[in-house]
Amino acid sequence: MRAPSSDLPILFAGVDIRRGTTVLLRNLSFTISAGPPTVLIGPNGAGKSTLLRAGMGLIAPTSGAITWGGREAPSPTGRAIVFQRPVMLRRSCAANLAYALAAAGVFGADRESRLADLLRIVGLEAVADRPARQLSGGEQQRLAMARALARNPTVLFLDEPTASLDPAATKAIEDIVRTVSETGVKVVMATHDLGEARRLAGEILLLHRGELIESRPAQKFFADPVTDAAKRFIAGELLV
Amino acid sequence: MGGETLSALHLLLTGDPALFAIVRLSIAVSLSATILAALLGAPLGALVALTRFRGREVAIVALNAMMGLPPVMVGLVCYLALSRSGPLGAWGWLFTPKAMVIAQTILVTPIIAAITRQTVEDLWAEYRDELTAMNVGPLRRVATLLWDGRFSLTTAFLAGYGRAAAEVGSIIIVGGNIEGFTRTITTAMALETSKGNLALAIGLGIVLLLIVISVSALAWGVRRAGERFAG
Amino acid sequence: MKPAARTRTWVALGVAALALSGVATGAQADDRSIVVASTTSTQDSGLFEYLLPLFKEKTGITVKVVAQGTGQALDTGRRGDADVVFVHAKAAELKFLAEGESLRRYPVMYNDFVLIGPKSDPAGIKGLKDIEQALRTIKDKQAPFVSRGDRSGTHLAELALWKACGIDIERARGPWYKSIGQGMGAALNFAAASNAYLLSDRATWIHFANKADLEIVVQGDRRLFNQYGVMLVNPAKHPNVRRALGQAFIDYLISPEGQRAIADYRIDGQQLFYPDAGDPGA
Repeated sequence: MRAPSSDLPILFAGVDIRRGTTVLLRNLSFTISAGPPTVLIGPNGAGKSTLLRAGMGLIAPTSGAITWGGREAPSPTGRAIVFQRPVMLRRSCAANLAYALAAAGVFGADRESRLADLLRIVGLEAVADRPARQLSGGEQQRLAMARALARNPTVLFLDEPTASLDPAATKAIEDIVRTVSETGVKVVMATHDLGEARRLAGEILLLHRGELIESRPAQKFFADPVTDAAKRFIAGELLV
Repeated sequence: MGGETLSALHLLLTGDPALFAIVRLSIAVSLSATILAALLGAPLGALVALTRFRGREVAIVALNAMMGLPPVMVGLVCYLALSRSGPLGAWGWLFTPKAMVIAQTILVTPIIAAITRQTVEDLWAEYRDELTAMNVGPLRRVATLLWDGRFSLTTAFLAGYGRAAAEVGSIIIVGGNIEGFTRTITTAMALETSKGNLALAIGLGIVLLLIVISVSALAWGVRRAGERFAG
Repeated sequence: MKPAARTRTWVALGVAALALSGVATGAQADDRSIVVASTTSTQDSGLFEYLLPLFKEKTGITVKVVAQGTGQALDTGRRGDADVVFVHAKAAELKFLAEGESLRRYPVMYNDFVLIGPKSDPAGIKGLKDIEQALRTIKDKQAPFVSRGDRSGTHLAELALWKACGIDIERARGPWYKSIGQGMGAALNFAAASNAYLLSDRATWIHFANKADLEIVVQGDRRLFNQYGVMLVNPAKHPNVRRALGQAFIDYLISPEGQRAIADYRIDGQQLFYPDAGDPGA
């Protein structure tokens, strides 16, 4: 069951985010609406992580405003995020999930069935009782996704989920993203990998030095990029 | 001299009742004090680690400093407080094991609190993003950090127990070293030394070491078993 | 919680409960018991280990002895933390009486002090019968001397002896005079380790296991006799004092039976304490 009022669309209006004297995001204005995945691309330090956290509601804008479904600061129950290096609790895989479910207010028999579902979706049934810290990188990433999905979110933020994974593990993650997106969850994902962006994106946001360079539907972006920076980036050049 | 030392161990093996009474009291007092100190100190340490308040830095320095509280001083303060002429005299706890537990609890609580604070603070730095993203409330947050930090906290418990088991300065003052009632291994050692029975004192010391080593080994065993199950 | 974790938790709680109970029950208000503040020398002599079981068998009263220096023992009485004080420093005891901290002092027994010194006898006083001459010689020759320095009965007796020699020890002391602020056993250990002279009560000396190169050098002088007195702490000042039980202990000590028991206490065949409850001047 979805939350009664949705967090979508997420509207960034003239958002600046500064930390001290460093500008992390500059004058960002765009909308995240329901639909296929929105993928953020851009070089390191472009501000992708910051944008995801801001969209999750973890960082407040220094100036400008972010609204979720028209609301200023709704409770975060409809949103979930998976960080670039997820931290596992010192307990078993299943216990980590149970913890996330409890934190989301799911108890009792309900919890048992949801736990089984989630393990199935991310393919971790076999290692459910293993200590989470002993899982491989790919498995931990999948567990982190399951923890996020335990919150039954409307919007799922993913920060470079396949950055340190081998192709097999990457494929596993991408399959989960596709499945989740098809069930109606809005996925907002940052990635390094242009190929992955091509495979998954419905919409592309290109960030560079904290600014939004280009924002277009994926097919159009790759076929016919408008800005010079986008062209160079797709061609594989380093944007400095 | 070796003969007398061995005689202490011999008493242990043959179950000499006087020695067993002393050993039982030693363990009861130090273990009780450490448990109480853990119940007080762990939440206190977690609180200081997680809340921002004015004078927080001062509190941390004070907590660390109090790990080195002189036992004799604590003993004297407790003695004055629990004396019949003191504020808590009506309790009648002076010269009883209860007073000894109080004194040792005061000595051990800062150790557990300070180590807990450091552990929880380090763990919070690691877990902060995840727990915030999972929208975990403050009470649950503390419980999670304490549970996930359980291995370091076990070390804190052992450090506290070691301090309690080894000290004599406070319990000899508030307990009075009464034979059969408030005599522990360490106070008995002090007495035998003053009587010139040095070898017996050393023998008792060896018994104490054996106890402390056993406790340490037990905790290690529990930890290893725990690691296998939960990493 | 998984079953294994649950079992471990119960075990831990069980251990904790056991530990706490070990403390709680031990502290039950023993209905027939008293706290007696006495001195470390008396405890070290072994007298209590011998006498108290006899008393308990006769009356069923448990005596809990807190052994401190005389000064501290009397202070414990002043604070009302003991029911009875049993020390050996008449002047301090009379002061205690004068303050109203007790209503009556009963003499019980005496033992004697002996001057202990190294077999090498650097001051050359071995075998002297006159304690004052011995002490004067020690001071003149600056032979090493250990003092208890803890306001105990022994310490006060030592100070009285220096004074009787006409020596102001506070002025006359030098590096040869070591005041260590500890009990008789510790002082003997110290003297054994540093080949020094010191004043000790005979009982502790006989009982002391670490004699090294020390031996008795002067004994028998009347001025070395050490009188013990026992007092009930004034119940009017401290209502918690167990008057009846405390008085029963005092009555036992001065009774013919108790006095005989005291005289019968021996170490290595030697009598340590001489009962004198009947002596009005004691």
